[in-house]
Order: sequence, then structure tokens, then C-alpha cells
Amino acid sequence: MLVEFAMQHAWLVPLLPACAFVVIVFLARPWQLLSAIVAVGSMATACFFATLAAIGIFTNHEYVEKPLVYATRWFSLGLPGMPDLRIDVGVQLDPVSAMMLFMVSFIATFIFLYSIGYMKGDPGYSVFFSYLSLFGASMLLLVLSSNLLQMFVAWELVGLCSYLLIGFYTHKISAREAAKKAFVTCRIADFGLLLGLLSLQIVFGTLNLTELAGKIEHFEEFTSFGMLTLIAVLVFIGPIGKSGQFPLHVWLPDAMEGPTPVSALIHAATMVVAGVYLVGRTMFLFHEVPSAMQLVAVTGGFTALFAATIAITQREIKRILAYSTVSQLGYMMLALGVGSLSASMFHLWTHAFFKALMFLGAGSVLTALHHKADVWEMGGLVKKMPITAWTFVIGGLAIAGIPPFAGFWSKDEILVSALNSGHYVLFAMAAFTAFLTAFYMWRMIFLAFFGAENPANHPQESPWTMTVPLLVLSVGACLAGLLGTPWHNVWGEWIRFGEAHEGPVNYGAMLLSIVLAGAGIFLAYTLYLKDAKKKRARKMAEWFGPVYRMLYNKYYIDELYLWFNHALVDGTAKLFYLFDIYVVDGIVNGIGAFARLSGDGLRVFQSGRLQNYVLVFFLGVLAVAVLMAFSGSTTAAGLVLGGVK
Amino acid sequence: MPAISLTHYVVLSALLFSIGLFGVLTKRNAVAVLICIELMLNAVNINLVAFSKYITPADFVGQIFSIFVITVAAAEVGVGLAIIIAIYRNRLSVNLDDFDWLKW
Repeated sequence: MLVEFAMQHAWLVPLLPACAFVVIVFLARPWQLLSAIVAVGSMATACFFATLAAIGIFTNHEYVEKPLVYATRWFSLGLPGMPDLRIDVGVQLDPVSAMMLFMVSFIATFIFLYSIGYMKGDPGYSVFFSYLSLFGASMLLLVLSSNLLQMFVAWELVGLCSYLLIGFYTHKISAREAAKKAFVTCRIADFGLLLGLLSLQIVFGTLNLTELAGKIEHFEEFTSFGMLTLIAVLVFIGPIGKSGQFPLHVWLPDAMEGPTPVSALIHAATMVVAGVYLVGRTMFLFHEVPSAMQLVAVTGGFTALFAATIAITQREIKRILAYSTVSQLGYMMLALGVGSLSASMFHLWTHAFFKALMFLGAGSVLTALHHKADVWEMGGLVKKMPITAWTFVIGGLAIAGIPPFAGFWSKDEILVSALNSGHYVLFAMAAFTAFLTAFYMWRMIFLAFFGAENPANHPQESPWTMTVPLLVLSVGACLAGLLGTPWHNVWGEWIRFGEAHEGPVNYGAMLLSIVLAGAGIFLAYTLYLKDAKKKRARKMAEWFGPVYRMLYNKYYIDELYLWFNHALVDGTAKLFYLFDIYVVDGIVNGIGAFARLSGDGLRVFQSGRLQNYVLVFFLGVLAVAVLMAFSGSTTAAGLVLGGVK
Repeated sequence: MPAISLTHYVVLSALLFSIGLFGVLTKRNAVAVLICIELMLNAVNINLVAFSKYITPADFVGQIFSIFVITVAAAEVGVGLAIIIAIYRNRLSVNLDDFDWLKW
């Protein structure tokens, strides 16, 4: 009964946090605790409905092939070239969206709860919860969208919330700059996405996901293969920006200027995977275009490796996690590119748990250390903050890929699908990235939580509102992966594109990923824990001096963009400035000068002497008369010249 | 002695008009200019009456029109002289060269 209700009214799930946003903004803002309760309560209720809807979907196998869709007309227009443009807004529930719906609302609930403790004493406490609620509403709307335009609106809304929340500490210049950077970078990408969506609408006449899927299967009737490739690439530009793929990843590490719950919710677990989700949703499009798939796979694989190499040299705890997020998002893209929606969504699912866990752990550490973020200045935190430390270790095991923790199963799934689809180079890159991931994560863990305590620090364990979410998410990080073990892949049966395939269990790949993860952790152990003075680590940094500096400076990509911005954008701006100054202003000033000069010239004639005027008047009459006489008008001639012809 | 034809009237009128115009353009004294304007108006009157007499002798259109002109001219002179007196009170001059306040 209730399950049926939740499935038929899934739109309630985004609506509840949206209502919370309105209530907080207009009513509850002066009372901090009330605002927090409204936000957490609405999100928890949304989570409850989302869970029911997910139960409904995951108990009926029909929904895998035939998603539950209900929609209502949003607007319809008759435009030239598009005689009946009809845009629907609605809900599409299938295993993928149900999984996302549950995951987003579940994690959001606990992060909201965590924020109660984390944001304590902040002057913008209520505002923060209103933004969080708005974000929750937009993200859930995005997940449920049955129409790409609806999804695009939600996509922009989450971008807006991201902007507002990154720049939440408005007194910090770095936060404001980071917010702007995020917004502008995503805007560039969204432009591509918008072009892609417009092309889809023009070519296929619909943006409805199910209708599009049906039409793209027979795309030859509508368009050429080249056009379809172009559309796929344009659509993919959006996810490149939103999901922090190379070369538009630059905003994501800077986004860590926002409060930590925001980093955990938006920039690790939910919003940044919107790009992956969009590609997953439009898989029917990419599936038809092998070159676009290749592009997705290569972008993902490269980003994974690229971000992992940067992460091994970074010093700030959240920055390391941010690059790790970029890297993991690369994994998800890679999985999509090699054609495995199942593996990608699986990694998205597990990643959401362990990465949100680690960000919240980092937030707990930062609160305890008064926002001192450098991991080299931490050390031995496990003694004073056992819950934070051990949950963080669980997150570390999960992301490094140690069985039976969540990350192992999903990463293994991705490696195997890369291998099975014959992408050996990408497989090698992904495997090496797995090694790097284990290394940099455990470098951070050993430096921050183990080893000698730093006497300058006086850490304290965080309050229960912060530790409870950590514990819950750590349970998720332990168990979330067991849904998709290669022996009994429940996940792959439900969430897939095309046929579910049951391959033989690839023990070789599994062994390889365990060995690589173990090697990474062991290397981190020898360099950063066993060697208490970190002599060898420092020596290695010296040996690889130029490489180390290049990695530490993130391949100088920011500098490159700055230079590019300076040279190209500022250069063009200067050109336009000159154009403005000389041409546009020239025209305007020219008109003024013309009026003035002609006034100067004509002023001579206004002598103020009546007799001059009379003379001119008389000459004028004479001129008119002569003109009329010679223009052939006989009456005029007769009148003026008295009949003389 | 040839009969007086329309041409004679027209030539007389043209001469009178030209003298009047010359006076209007060259005289410095405002009263003289007013008198010259009277000359021009009367040249027109001659024209009107002459044309009426020679072309449409049956109707008295030209004559009536000239009476109108005389009336208007009388009124105009009244107003004109009043203005000149007003200016004279202000400027102690009736020299048109001094009346250049309409200049920018």
C-alpha cells in the first residue's frame, strides 16, 4: 500500500526539501535550531519515501526493461521549424533512478544531521540549511527527471547551489574566488550540454528519455552518423565539467573552500556524479556511437590516473580527498566508456558512501584542529579521536580496494569490464591508478592519524551529531559492495544497460587489484609510518625534484589556464575595449561633434538682424518662384511671372 | 496716348513693391521700415484691383480683398508702432541695428 503510494508519488521526494527551503527562508530563519530540524526532518521524510519507492522498484523485475514513467505537460509551443514543441515534466523510476534516489536522500539525511554539529556557531546557520535543502531538492529532481530539459534545469539548480555553498564563507576571498571558478567552469561545460540538448530536440523532436531511446535506435531515419557523433560529444561536454573530468577538473579541488558537509554531499557523493548519471541516462545515445564511447573511456581513464598522480603530493587533507574524488569519477566514466553502466553505477554507489564518510571524517578532524588542514602537521590523532580515526580507516580500506570493503568490488568490476571489452591500455592505467589510490590515501591516513602526536594540537572527539553519521556511513562503506560480488551479482541483474551478462569470475584481476592495493598501502607504511622521521620520503621528493614540483603544482594547469585567460580572454577584451573606445564611442561622439560643428556653421546666419532675415526670406521666395517656373508647372509660372512664358 | 493696360498697373505695382522692399532691407530707422512695408502692401493692392478689373470685371473680389489688406495693414501699423515705442522706451533708439537680441 505505502510502497505503491510512494512509487506513484515519487515527486514528493524532491518536493519535501523544496518546501523545507521555502519554509526556512520565509519563516524559520531567525530560529537556528528550528531551521535545522525542518531541513533534517524534510530530508529524512524524503529518504523514507525514497526508500519505499526503491523497495517497490527492486521487488519487480519488470521495471528493469519498462521504467515507471508518469509526466505532465510543462509547456508546448508552435515554433517555426518545430511545429509542435511539447515539453513534459515528470518522473521516471527505474532501478538506476531508484538507486540514486535512495542513495542521495540517505546520504543527504546523514550529512544534514552532521551539519547540525559542524556548523555550530556559524552566523549563517539557517541560511546554510536552506541552501542544503534547495540542493537536496534539485539533486533529487535531477535524478527523477523523465525529460532532458527538466534534467537540465535541475542540473543548473545544483550548479547554483554548489556555487552558493562553495562561497558560503563570504568573508574568505579564496572561497569567493573558488565559487566563481566553479560556476564559470561548469558554465563553459553546460554550454556544450545545452547545444547537445538543442540538437537532440531539433533532430529527434523530443527530449523525453524513453521516446529518445526509441528514436535513437533507428537514428538513420532522422540524421547522419556524423551528426549523432557530434551530438554525443556535445552532450558529453556537460559531464566533463560537472563531474570534474580533465580538462575541466580545476574547479573541484578549489571547491573544498566550502564547508566540509558541502564537500562531502555535493563535491563527493552527489552533485559531481550527476555527470556520470547523465551519461548513464543517455547511454542509448552513446551506445550508438562507438567513437564517443571511446572518448568517454579515454577521458575517464586519463582523468583517473592524472588526478591520482596529483593527489600523492598534496598536503591539505581535503585537497587530497578532492583529487581522489576526481580520480574516482574518472573510474566511473571509464566504466561507462567501456560499456558497463552496471559497473559505473556500482562504483558511484560505493564511492558515495566511503567518500562522504572520509569527507565527514576530514571535517571532524578540521573542527578538532581548528581548521589546520596540512596532514604533515597532524599525527597520532587516533588516540584522541578514535571514532573519527577508525571510521576513516574503514573509508581508506574501502577506497584502496581491500576486500570485503565496498570499493574493492566496484573497482574490480570496472577493471574486469575494461579488460573484457579489450581496452588493455585503459585497464593498465586503471590498475596503476588503483595502486596510486591506495598509496596516497594511506599516506594521508598514516600521516594524520598514526605516528607521533603533534604537541601543538589539542584534538577532541566530535559530538554525537557528527560521529553518528560517520558510523552509519562506515557501515555503508563496509557492506555496500556486497550487492555486487562477482559470484552473485545482484547489482548487475538490476542496474544494467542491455543484457545482464554473467561472465566467469576473473580471479586474476581480483588478485591483481588486491596485490596493487596492498603494495600501495605497504609503500605508504614504509615511507610514512615506519620511517618516523620521514627521511626517505623527503629524499624521494628531492630525487624526483622537478616531477615532484610539477605534481605538487598540479601540472601547472591552473597557471596554464590563467595564462590562457590572460593572453586570449584579456587580449580579446583589450581588442574589444579599443573597438569600443574608438569605433563605438567614435560614432557616438561623431554624431555629437557633427551637430556641434553644423551648429557652429549655421550660427553665422542667425545674426539677429531683421533685415538680413527679410532679405533671405525674399531671396527664398524668389528661388521658389524661379524653381516652379522652370519645373513646368504652368499655373505656377503664370502666377509668378504674370503670364510671361 | 495709348490706353492704360494691365501691364502698366503691373509694372507700377512691381516698381512700388521693389522700392518698398529696398526700403525694408536698407533703412535703419524702424519707422521708415514700417512705412516701406506700407508701400509693399499697397503695391499688392494695386495688383489685386488691377487684375480684378481686367480679368474678372463682374465680381469685386480684388477690391474687397484689398480692403481687407488695408484693414490688416492699419492694424499691423498700430501694433508695429506700439512695439517700436516699447522698444524705444527700453533702448532709447529706433535703429534696427540695435535690435539684435533675438541672436543666440
